[in-house]
Amino acid sequence: MKDNLMKNINPETKWQDLTPGGNIYASGNSAEFKTGDWRTVTPKFIEEKCKQCLLCVPVCPDCAIPVVDGKRLDFDLDHCKGCGICAKVCPFDAIEFVKEGE
Amino acid sequence: MAINERLSGNEAVSFAIKQINPDVVAAYPITPSTEIPQFISQYIANGEMTTVYVPVESEHSSMSACIGSEAAGARSMTATSSCGLAYMFEMLYIAASNRLPITMAVVNRALSGPININNDHSDSMGARDAGWLQIYAENAQEAYDNFIQCVRIGEHKDVKLPVMACQDGFITSHAVERLELIETDKVKAFVGEYKPEKYLLNPDEILAVGPYDTPQYYMEHKKAQTEAMKNARKAIKEIAKEFEAMTGRKYDMLEEYRMDDAEYAVIIIGSSAGAGKEAVDELRNAGVKAGLIKVRVFRPFPDEELVAALKKVKGVAIMDKTDSFSAAGGPLGAEVKAAIYGKVDGITAANYIYGLGGRDVRVEHIKQVFEEIAELVKTGKAPETYKYLAIRE
Repeated sequence: MKDNLMKNINPETKWQDLTPGGNIYASGNSAEFKTGDWRTVTPKFIEEKCKQCLLCVPVCPDCAIPVVDGKRLDFDLDHCKGCGICAKVCPFDAIEFVKEGE
Repeated sequence: MAINERLSGNEAVSFAIKQINPDVVAAYPITPSTEIPQFISQYIANGEMTTVYVPVESEHSSMSACIGSEAAGARSMTATSSCGLAYMFEMLYIAASNRLPITMAVVNRALSGPININNDHSDSMGARDAGWLQIYAENAQEAYDNFIQCVRIGEHKDVKLPVMACQDGFITSHAVERLELIETDKVKAFVGEYKPEKYLLNPDEILAVGPYDTPQYYMEHKKAQTEAMKNARKAIKEIAKEFEAMTGRKYDMLEEYRMDDAEYAVIIIGSSAGAGKEAVDELRNAGVKAGLIKVRVFRPFPDEELVAALKKVKGVAIMDKTDSFSAAGGPLGAEVKAAIYGKVDGITAANYIYGLGGRDVRVEHIKQVFEEIAELVKTGKAPETYKYLAIRE
């Protein structure tokens, strides 16, 4: 068992190279933990319909809508779980949901 | 010079803990293990130990406290019995999967119900799949010796798993026996200091223990855990050799008693091996080639050693001091049969449930078992899948 530094642990990592019990040798790194693989439906950002009202941003439970300089960007699919709340609150139909893989 | 003493099993284990002087003991009293935290509290109150004693409100909490302190980097110990062990059940798995080498004295007692405070193995056998090592003692000397070795085994760099050091409630825990204690400086040198590679109270390194595990990682972590349990076999043998060099007392996965040319054998765990050995001696005097195998280590399971020990045996009785209620026998019976399947030819294997809830197991009971397996071998009849020994019916 290797339990030196946590380096590049990813879904391809062999059991011999994981840390004991999944211990994490770092802090402030939850963003590196990709949870988007739970998703069964994927949001689509239709930029031309978006008025940048930003109603979608605070309702996202996973902070998966990045905002830079007061403008929202495309979805962070590493962390979006496809709950659909953003699409529900969008007054301009600028968010659509499609089945994963379509 | 070793110290000659007369102690009960609980006193012997408490004395071992005093000699080791761990960083933390967190325990909650339950019969028949109560004396262990009681004696340790006295030692601490008398200034004979520097251990931090955490008086918790339950066994779920005692195991949780041990998990927290062990993860913090402190050598942590506890003791329990029966329903106390059952109340820890959730946390046992956490300790094992977080790879925390806690040492726990288990003083075996029947699980309720019907409520009963006497000995059988239903408590620790119920926790057999929790990922802990389990080492069983026949008497107070072994309870003492095993406990000291368990600390080293669990903390071994290739193992890093928690260990249960089991002894039979009342029969071993409360009966006073003559035994040899090891000088405290030698015990301290043998167990050494606990130096975990990673621990939470290390100010120089960042560590998070016990994070959520997604399906992409969980199975690999379990694979690492099962490999650690396999590694424990080697560690147990190495540490037993070192212990033998210090004390002259020999330990292994199994103890084989008069097995060299044995045709009939009994496989048993714990204090009842004493009555079993007496039965073997009496049968040997009468010309019967009887032998006994005492399973000292149940986790990891001594499968290869059992196969080797049973190669020339015609009939074996596997003795379970608990029922698994599979309606197909006890846990030792099932695992021994699985271990020898396809590896030992033509053996008659019978499974007995005995000694539940403190029922006495006498020499004549074990002799009756030997008679029954000899009869099965002679007639070529298949044994019942399992049966209760000396039951009123």
